[in-house]
Amino acid sequence: MGLYMIERDVKIINKLGLHLRAAAALVQTASGFASDIHLRKDDMEVDAKSIMGVLGLEAGQGTHLKVIASGSDEEDAVRAIVGLIEAKFNEEE
Amino acid sequence: MPGDRDEVVLSGIAASPGLAMGKAIVFAKRDVRVPFRRIQAGEVEVEIDRLKRAIAESKRQLGEIRDKVASEMGESYARIFDAHMMILEDSRTFQEVESKIRDGYNAEFAFNSVFLRHEKDLWEKGDVYIRDRAGDIRDVRKRVLSVLSGTRRVSQELSDLQTDVIVIAHDLSPADTAQMRKEKVLAFATDIGGRTSHTAIMARSLEIPAVVGLQNVSSRVSDGDSVIVDGNRGKVIISPAPETQERYRLESRRYASFTRGLLKFRDLPAVTIDGHTIMLSANIESHEEVGSVIEHGAQGIGLYRTEFIYIGREGLPTEDEQYEIYKSVAEAVKPEPVIIRTMDLGGDKFLSAFESPKEMNPYLGWRGIRFCLARKDIFQTQLRAILRASAVGNVKIMYPMISGLDELIEANKVLDEVKDQLKAEGVEFDADCEVGIMVETPSAVVIADELARHVRFFSIGSNDLIQYTLAADRGNEKVAYLYEPLHPSVLRLIKQTIDVAKRSGIWVGLCGEMSSDLVCAFILLGMGIDELSASPYVVPAVKEMVRSVYFSDAKRVAEFALKTTDPAKVRQAAMENIGKEFPELLL
Repeated sequence: MGLYMIERDVKIINKLGLHLRAAAALVQTASGFASDIHLRKDDMEVDAKSIMGVLGLEAGQGTHLKVIASGSDEEDAVRAIVGLIEAKFNEEE
Repeated sequence: MPGDRDEVVLSGIAASPGLAMGKAIVFAKRDVRVPFRRIQAGEVEVEIDRLKRAIAESKRQLGEIRDKVASEMGESYARIFDAHMMILEDSRTFQEVESKIRDGYNAEFAFNSVFLRHEKDLWEKGDVYIRDRAGDIRDVRKRVLSVLSGTRRVSQELSDLQTDVIVIAHDLSPADTAQMRKEKVLAFATDIGGRTSHTAIMARSLEIPAVVGLQNVSSRVSDGDSVIVDGNRGKVIISPAPETQERYRLESRRYASFTRGLLKFRDLPAVTIDGHTIMLSANIESHEEVGSVIEHGAQGIGLYRTEFIYIGREGLPTEDEQYEIYKSVAEAVKPEPVIIRTMDLGGDKFLSAFESPKEMNPYLGWRGIRFCLARKDIFQTQLRAILRASAVGNVKIMYPMISGLDELIEANKVLDEVKDQLKAEGVEFDADCEVGIMVETPSAVVIADELARHVRFFSIGSNDLIQYTLAADRGNEKVAYLYEPLHPSVLRLIKQTIDVAKRSGIWVGLCGEMSSDLVCAFILLGMGIDELSASPYVVPAVKEMVRSVYFSDAKRVAEFALKTTDPAKVRQAAMENIGKEFPELLL
């Protein structure tokens, strides 16, 4: 982990959880930032820029995740990802 | 005729409504062959390059499909393929494959083993939504492998179809579905898949009738077999008998006219020519189906199966979550009723929230009310949520799988306790909320007079009642022929239930598949049933049948049905009467 690193807790609230399109939207958002970004669930941590990693989290509705970022734009990155999750990935349910 | 095969009926999940009859083309389970060989250090770069080119080509294909789907079906469907492309752009996964190649394996084997491991990880979690995601990775894996090996894909064959066919497959990927020549595919049916799979969603959007989750349809049908796909009821009939073909020809004609003239009947009651009215409502599994209930002119919801709130998720649903869902349904159908059946887990359904033990005989095991009474915490939470929703609409509660009086008394006791809690907390609910039971065990029929004292209604669950009465599992092909809704023992049990309900002053409905079968529905009408609840898609057909017959005829045929022992004669008598007043049905 880098010298500077921020984390934020977020809960998955949309019904289908991190399903395929939601995971794709998250990876797309994460990939727009220079920082290293990880998602942690319990003791499992994955690269937020890897769709296979994100799908592998098996994060259904109600899952608590930690968004961890370190890098020059870490603040913005965490805000954007938490915002996306809280906005239910901008999808209709 | 010699050599003719017997009719076989398979049951799956109704994924997309509509009916079709035709010749089958079968795409059996054909996993792409994965060649294996160890490679020399000098070949590593060649293999990596082959893989890179195959991935690029796969992405190009996906891009093409994506654009086709976007223009034909809309952006939201196209995003599935964006995600598939993203799987191929995943640099971590590519690195895993690359290092496997550097360890001395050929591209196909290295690629396949890495992707297969990711798929397995997802699949083993057993959650329906996650399993669908494993399916996405599998689709991408097969695409790359077939590019690597230069084989033709199912979707290429589907896009080249020359004659009208019914497509039978082990599985169809969203890409296969998107590339079908829609004007040539009458319907499709698959071994695997669920309501939430992309393929099911796309079939609905394309308006192709489809049944999924049939388990072994692709191994039971051969190219050229006659097949009926009933996307309304989730059935596939292989080698249908002439009478069955006739029945479906009528029904599909009716179905076509209903889809055109749905509005004609929507607001009219289910009343016979001679003025006998029954309540005609719909069965749903998800609050998302409420729109369809209203659209098809059902009077409320006769069976809301709540299991889907519990499965396919992590952790149990909270009271507030459930309340929001029940409230939205109650508000949407108000003033018509919604009968919320407390969860019926066990049997063929599983609960992912916690481990339930494997059972030798799940249909005779820990399910329905037995489960609820053992896990009162879960039961109370659901009852609280339902009661709270009763404040905003016409909500009724129904317990599943009642086999004895004690269970019913105990369930009502839990309900009373929950009501007391809510009262003490000052939470609003309908104190007069009706409570009823599913009558689906022969035992419940035999003691129906005792049970009736403690409830306001019965709803006959004919699917289970038939299989318990005849001791025949419809899913077992060796004994499926025994599963006969018109069997005299079944009809007599139903008649007994209806009579006891009338004598006890409570109402009685039926919410199994018998409500969807016009002949059975006609006989139930004649037996004096108060309510029928069927899949929303068949409600218009049942309504038109009721509106085109005489109650006096139905009573006469029902009496005949209870006396005779030959289901074929019963069916014939019913058909004659249904057709008498409405001859075009029999053309």
